[in-house]
Amino acid sequence: MTPSAPPAIALDDVRKSFGRLEIIRGLNLSVAAGERHAIIGPNGAGKSTTFNLISGYMAPTSGEVRLDGQVISGLPPFQINRRGLSRSFQVTNVFAHMSVWENVRCALLWTTGHRYAFWKNVDRLPDVRERTAMILEDIGLAARAEVPAGLLTYAEQRALEIGITTAGGAKVILLDEPTAGMSHAETERAVALIRRLTEGRTLLIVEHDMSVVFGLADRISVLVYGQIIASGTPDQIRNDARVQEAYLGVEAA
Amino acid sequence: MSSTPFALAAAPSRRRDALQFYGAWLAVIAVMLILPRAFSSGGALTTFSLMGISVIFALSYNILLGQTGMLSFGHAVYYGLGGFLAVHAMNAIGAAKWPVPLPVVPLIGGLAGLVFALILGWVSTRRSGTAFAMISLGVAELVASSALILRSFFGGEAGVTANRTKLFKLFGLSFGPQIQIYYLVAAWTLIALIAMYALTRTPFGRMCNAVRDNPERVQFVGYDPHIVRYIAFAFAGLFAGIAGALSAINFEIANSAYLGTQQSGVALFAAYIGGIGVFIGPVIGAILVTYLSLVLSDLSSVWQLYFGLIFIAVVAFAPGGIAGLLLRHRPLLRAGQMWPVLRAYVVAAPPTAVMLAGLVLGIEIVVRHTVGTSDDPVMHLFGYSLDTGSPLSWAIAALLTLVGFTLARLTWKHVARAFDDAMTVARAKGYLA
Amino acid sequence: MPGLVPGIHALIDNKQDVDGRDKPGHDGDQSKLRTGPILDRRIAADLRQWQGARVLELIFTSTLNGVLFGMLLFLMASGLTVIFSMLGVLNFAHASFYMLGAFFGYQVSRWIGFWPALVIAPLAARVLGAGVERYGLRNVHRNGHVAELLFTFGLAFVIEETVQMIWGKAPVDYRVPQLLDFPAFSVFSTNYPAYKVFMLAVAVAIFAALLIGIKRTRIGMIVQAALTHPHMVGHLGHNVGRIFMLVFGLGTALAAVAGVIAGPALVTQSNMAALLGPILFVVVVVGGLGSLPGAFIASLLIGLLQTFAVAINVSLASLFGPLAAGHGPSLLTDVWNVSVAQIAPVLPYLLLVLILIFRPMGLLGTRET
Ligand SMILES: Nc1ncnc2c1ncn2[C@@H]1O[C@H](COP(=O)(O)OP(=O)(O)O)[C@@H](O)[C@H]1O
Ligand SMILES: [Mg+2]
Repeated sequence: MTPSAPPAIALDDVRKSFGRLEIIRGLNLSVAAGERHAIIGPNGAGKSTTFNLISGYMAPTSGEVRLDGQVISGLPPFQINRRGLSRSFQVTNVFAHMSVWENVRCALLWTTGHRYAFWKNVDRLPDVRERTAMILEDIGLAARAEVPAGLLTYAEQRALEIGITTAGGAKVILLDEPTAGMSHAETERAVALIRRLTEGRTLLIVEHDMSVVFGLADRISVLVYGQIIASGTPDQIRNDARVQEAYLGVEAA
Repeated sequence: MSSTPFALAAAPSRRRDALQFYGAWLAVIAVMLILPRAFSSGGALTTFSLMGISVIFALSYNILLGQTGMLSFGHAVYYGLGGFLAVHAMNAIGAAKWPVPLPVVPLIGGLAGLVFALILGWVSTRRSGTAFAMISLGVAELVASSALILRSFFGGEAGVTANRTKLFKLFGLSFGPQIQIYYLVAAWTLIALIAMYALTRTPFGRMCNAVRDNPERVQFVGYDPHIVRYIAFAFAGLFAGIAGALSAINFEIANSAYLGTQQSGVALFAAYIGGIGVFIGPVIGAILVTYLSLVLSDLSSVWQLYFGLIFIAVVAFAPGGIAGLLLRHRPLLRAGQMWPVLRAYVVAAPPTAVMLAGLVLGIEIVVRHTVGTSDDPVMHLFGYSLDTGSPLSWAIAALLTLVGFTLARLTWKHVARAFDDAMTVARAKGYLA
Repeated sequence: MPGLVPGIHALIDNKQDVDGRDKPGHDGDQSKLRTGPILDRRIAADLRQWQGARVLELIFTSTLNGVLFGMLLFLMASGLTVIFSMLGVLNFAHASFYMLGAFFGYQVSRWIGFWPALVIAPLAARVLGAGVERYGLRNVHRNGHVAELLFTFGLAFVIEETVQMIWGKAPVDYRVPQLLDFPAFSVFSTNYPAYKVFMLAVAVAIFAALLIGIKRTRIGMIVQAALTHPHMVGHLGHNVGRIFMLVFGLGTALAAVAGVIAGPALVTQSNMAALLGPILFVVVVVGGLGSLPGAFIASLLIGLLQTFAVAINVSLASLFGPLAAGHGPSLLTDVWNVSVAQIAPVLPYLLLVLILIFRPMGLLGTRET
């Protein structure tokens, strides 16, 4: 990576209001390509909203979001996705009536170039078949391939959510609280999975579990009340007085 | 709809799947060939032709509702426009003596449906859910009212007629006799069946399902749900146009009823009653609805009321339609748990039948009592005659309904319990579906 | 939409030679003076003045009729909107309750008179509506919104067939009560019937009652909350079922009131629901799904639009003269000869399409469905 390369994700004084309420209040963030970047912050700080703004789910009220130096704010989600950014959802968001196999397959049809093809047999696409099987292997759901996604257990659904998010091979991955509600063992497995699947990609992750955050992230940003109050390496964040006061203090209370 | 996911899936089972698959299609062809020999009367052939048309129409409708999750109340627009274009095409071909044989005409209808779906669909497919449903209704009303204004094309109330025998004759086929029309319809039904089935097995077809399940998430895997819905809408228009053209060929006329809400309702009823969740659901529904509408309209003057009631019953009690109902029993069958459920059904059947008999009797009594019926006030049932004027027959109807209802409720609770128990066992054995 | 707009037929009949587009005082209209050579200037000027009066009259009565029709639409659209916001169901059978109102009104007024019918018919519709919610919709709810919508669709179908079975397909003789069977006032040469004034009064009274009810009563507060925050409805607590039933019943009763009072003025026939239903949907989409003020504006807009269109007998042919004789019947001649009055039924749907293209959320809507 040359030093002049633009950051994978850059947010420039981004603001978002719902009605009269400003939820994101001038947010600046920069995530270098290949970096594993965690966002932490108390509930309601605006972490998911930030993801929504980056991924095109909502447009910012003002400010600019850039992906690899190109402005993406205002684009619809599918165009942002086609430019190589994929996100997961805090509340599981899968195709409930379709099988696990179909879920993963649908997530990679666009990037494998099959798009809206209505002249190809979807079962006879070797590239799609192999990648789907591989991802199912990866997320540990190969044995559950035929089960409708809506009938999976919670942890399985979270794994599928990660699978769908990473399946398309996006260079930039956004994961919103991937381990929330998981047991300790499940969390460990999920972290290993995330580590493996995002190898060589840029990862932006929202996470509450501090052991996950400090174990996984290269850099951490602390989001409080719609603004980044600190950004740095795990060590810097751990020792930042403002963070301890504003965030860890809240956490302790 | 099981796609063998793994390259290492056992070869024999795949060969068996393939055998089953092609066997099913061969069976369809065989039935199509045998039917006209088994029932060769003109009436039967017309019925079969109407069934074929209805099958195409209902399946095209299900591209919207079942596959992509778009509830349309105006699908007949494309059916009707296909029909009108076909009639005009037949007239033009006949007049100009172009070398175009009749079997090609449905294609013209299909293209008409496609083009109009492409024009009218762009705006309406921007939205889904309730908004789409209402817009489809609005567009349908727009087209239907315009049709009454543009008389030179739509022929006003009378419609436009054509003569299908005046076209270029291929292999000496005149397409006068109904049997030739039957084969024409059968061939097109087969083509449309295969094409629409194949469509569900394409990347596009799968994304339709994804849009149906979760249009929001689809956007985050690179797809524009609007485009997916739009393409689906275009295909639905294409096949509806083919069905409309076949209908126009069959009746040699197209009129404003082709475009109307009633006709749209027919597609919806057929697809939903048959089951929108399975490919062959609408096929079952279309055949059944066509058959019932012919039989019931002979038996009762209020047959449409029965239709509506059947539809409501399906919506309320069997949202998966007939196909869905049957499919729910598959895990039980596989797990060998059918017996207790079947027994419960047998117990529930008589009181249900009594209740229905009471209802039907009540309705028929009312029919004979109200305005405009020149019917005989005495009903003849299974050799008994019943004076619908006497309070006794009213009492009988009420009694049957009430007693039947009370007992049926109990027995159906028992059925539900038996089903749940059997399902639990089946699940434990690992049969999920 | 035959019979839908009050007074349409009367208007069409008595203004054969009036060009609705003529504003009083506008000069230089050649088209309507084709008989010119015979008339001397003075007569022409008289004629213009007379036509000016006719135009004024037309504008006046059409506005009155349009507002009346709009208020009737709003009686139905308001119930539909509130039901949609609270239950999340677009009640396809809403116009069917309007029809039931008219037929119940007809039947009860034959038995015991119009005034008791005015109360009894909506009450009956309300009981029926509440029953539909309690024993029908609520059971279908678990199968999702499509199933709910389809349930009401089937219901509309069944109600139409049942009405046909009981009262037949032909219009029934539902008359204006004698007490109100006199002209209230006359505008220029047309008498405006007292019954229509009464209809307007009832509609306005109910509108006012609704406004007060929604601001002052508990159920009104809940409805208001549901309109602004539809997702919160689930948190209403244990009596959510009763509230739904109440709201559904009230909505259907409102539709039935519209039916009872509109029945004598319009045509009470088994197809009246099928004719009105789609227009009602246009109203709620144009106004913005779930917006009560939007529904009000759209009701009036469509009421006026249709009434005025029906009163205008202009066609391209009347403006620019007939097409050259060489033209046989073609799409062009169809379009050329059709009058604004004849395309009146299409206008609401055209409006719908335009709204969807330029303002997909509707006039006052805030959310996409
Ligand atoms: N679509 C919305 N409309 C109104 N308020 C919203 C919306 N989305 C989020 N909010 C509000 O924004 C704030 C931040 O929410 P969120 O980003 O989900 O926080 P978190 O950091 O816990 O992920 C919350 O107060 C939430 O209520
Ligand atoms: Mg969050």
